[in-house]
Amino acid sequence: MHIDPLEKKWAYATVGIAGLFVGIILIDALFHGINAPSNVETIDSASLHLSEEFDEDNLGVQLDENGNITIRMVAGRYGFYPKHITVPADTSLTFRWVSMDVLHGVHMPMTNMSTMIVPGYVAQVTTTLPKPGEYPLLCDEYCGIGHDHMWSNVSVVAKEHWTALAISTSKGRQDND
Amino acid sequence: MIDAVTKKLAFSHLWVAFGAFLLACFMGEYQVLERSGFIPAIESSAVYFASVSTHGVLMAFVLTTFFIMGFGYVVATTSLKQRIWNPQWAWAGFGISLFGTVLAAIPLLTGKASVLYTFYPPIIGHWMFYFGATLLIVGSWLWCVIMIMMMREWKQANPGAPVPLAMFATVGNALLWLWTSAGVALEVLFQLIPMALGWMDTLDPGLARTLFAWTLHPIVYFWLIPAYIAFYVFVPKQAGGYLFSDEIARAAFVVLIVFALPIGFHHLYMDPEQAKGWKLLHGVGTFVVSLPTFITGFTVIASLEIAGRLRGGKGLFGWIGSLPWRNPMVLSVILALLMLILGGFGGLVNASYAMNAMIHNTAWVPGHFHLIFAGTTVIMYFAIAYYLWPIMADKPLFSKDLALVQLWTWFIGMTILTTPWHVLGLLGQPRRISGVEYNSLLTLAWDPYELAMIFGGLVMLGSACLFVYNLAMTHRSQEVFEGEIEYAEPIHPVTDLPEYLNDFTLWNKVIAGLMAVSFGVPILQFFFMKTFGSSAWGF
Ligand code: HEM
Ligand SMILES: [Cu+2]
Ligand SMILES: [Cu+2]
Repeated sequence: MHIDPLEKKWAYATVGIAGLFVGIILIDALFHGINAPSNVETIDSASLHLSEEFDEDNLGVQLDENGNITIRMVAGRYGFYPKHITVPADTSLTFRWVSMDVLHGVHMPMTNMSTMIVPGYVAQVTTTLPKPGEYPLLCDEYCGIGHDHMWSNVSVVAKEHWTALAISTSKGRQDND
Repeated sequence: MIDAVTKKLAFSHLWVAFGAFLLACFMGEYQVLERSGFIPAIESSAVYFASVSTHGVLMAFVLTTFFIMGFGYVVATTSLKQRIWNPQWAWAGFGISLFGTVLAAIPLLTGKASVLYTFYPPIIGHWMFYFGATLLIVGSWLWCVIMIMMMREWKQANPGAPVPLAMFATVGNALLWLWTSAGVALEVLFQLIPMALGWMDTLDPGLARTLFAWTLHPIVYFWLIPAYIAFYVFVPKQAGGYLFSDEIARAAFVVLIVFALPIGFHHLYMDPEQAKGWKLLHGVGTFVVSLPTFITGFTVIASLEIAGRLRGGKGLFGWIGSLPWRNPMVLSVILALLMLILGGFGGLVNASYAMNAMIHNTAWVPGHFHLIFAGTTVIMYFAIAYYLWPIMADKPLFSKDLALVQLWTWFIGMTILTTPWHVLGLLGQPRRISGVEYNSLLTLAWDPYELAMIFGGLVMLGSACLFVYNLAMTHRSQEVFEGEIEYAEPIHPVTDLPEYLNDFTLWNKVIAGLMAVSFGVPILQFFFMKTFGSSAWGF
């Protein structure tokens, strides 16, 4: 078998390039905890209203005793519920998404708040939103003829401002408008 | 000489492929127009999604599968100098696939299967669609068997001799396709068809997505391999030179085929039903499969350089100018490589999951795959067609100038179409929308890009028409053309080839092992975990 020396060098170089990328990804994953969003957790999408966690009263933004913020959202044709939420900027947020019907995806443009929402599973994403502002949440997977109409809104407000808001509203529930 | 049976088979397959392609290009242009919202009279989500579903199926399944089968028959008979093994089987395969296509087209065109070519349940379309798609695949399995049998016969007649590179790669692709299509076949047979017929009440969308991901990555290599075959076996000769290395080409095909399979979870990076460890494993494999593409780029460019220098090109880059740019095959490979380089950057972003989160399922994604698939891959399908047509029809190509114009306009149109498409993705536009309904200021920035896309699509549509026109007119010519398919010679003749670069038995076992590791637990988990099925939904 004949391999040209130049080709051999190129082969080593490409292995090196790919190795570099793999190395960065592995270091990020193993030492910095940067992973694709995953938590294999099942739920019965047909009876969300009977589940405690995703009961209508329990949806939206919640601040627990330890100061952790969890946002529970239901996706269904055609919207994300609650339709509007307000969250603090620069704070770790844990979103928990479920579908009540078909496959959806949710993306907050210009941010990495993105996940598929597969019926039967809870999709969980933890992220921090650096910039305050008004953002839409857009459905990014075909979910039926009304797919283009599937969106809702998020207000990201400065941290200081949000704390006051959270305290002024009753436990957990927020503008479910 | 190509025998009459092969010619007839090849023309039948290729005309189905290119007929589907042309029809789908019209749909593509309609889609960019409709989704822009500039012409209120044609606004209709229902028609739009019927159209995208049909466009996707025609391009991704019909154009590709029929093209690959037709081209495979030509490669097999001309490189092995053998007749087709069992032509009745070949015709049966053609008939089954064509019948399947028609069966699927009926619900697609009447809006009863607007489930897109990825048919993600629990949205369920008409059962005829799934039946038709299955038959299309079953027909192609007969082709796989014929390719494998022909290589086996040849090896028996020529013990120890190296199988011609073009055939080695074609059989590799047949094997790849058998493995690839198994995932979606399981999904369709055990989930979608029983559900569509009402035999089953619920299915697990997580399992369905996992099975589809099994297919979704390697299928793109199934489409791409004919382009790579042309890179290695036609381009060097057409450019006036030699293939840089036959052995390395084989090694590249082997790595491509083996590692294309166990890495499908990069399509599930954003999914909840698979754990992060499995995603990481598939992510690493994704970088392994980039290696043969780097190697291919090197070998092709090196082969072109040899040709350029043989033609008198001097200096570091002088050889590029002295390449025969007016040869359609050579022009195509140059344009294909340009699009591959652009698309490669995009691919790197998609493959790195931290960045992927920003662009996942945005307009970036169709922008990316139009560039690589409708660009790099399909432009090589054009090149192969321009090369085969005169030889198979025994008539000269209707117009070589038109062919060159066509290739350039495809490339230019593609650039105009896909650059704004990528930008729209970065600006947050989701893929697969039929219009912009969001009540958000963000969307104001989208309009100019949509306009550019309409123009790019129009250029491509014109180019597609020129292509089909040129081929059709070739049949009508009164002149006679005599030519044979010429396979490029390697600089160094292949002498002592190890058996693992001349046969797939070993690789088949390696694939089985890798698939068991990468998909075994992720599929079995659905049977051990407490899961909740979903009932069927319309669309
Ligand atoms: C005239 C040129 C073309 C135009 C204007 C065009 C336009 C489009 C548009 C607007 C979509 C919808 C994408 C979305 O919103 O997600 C689409 C989808 C698609 N196109 Fe094209 N296209 C063209 C040619 C091609 C070619 C040549 C191929 C491949 C050979 C191709 C393959 C696909 C596939 C597979 C989809 C389905 C995507 C999905 O279901 O998400 N297209 N095309
Ligand atoms: Cu949607
Ligand atoms: Cu892939």
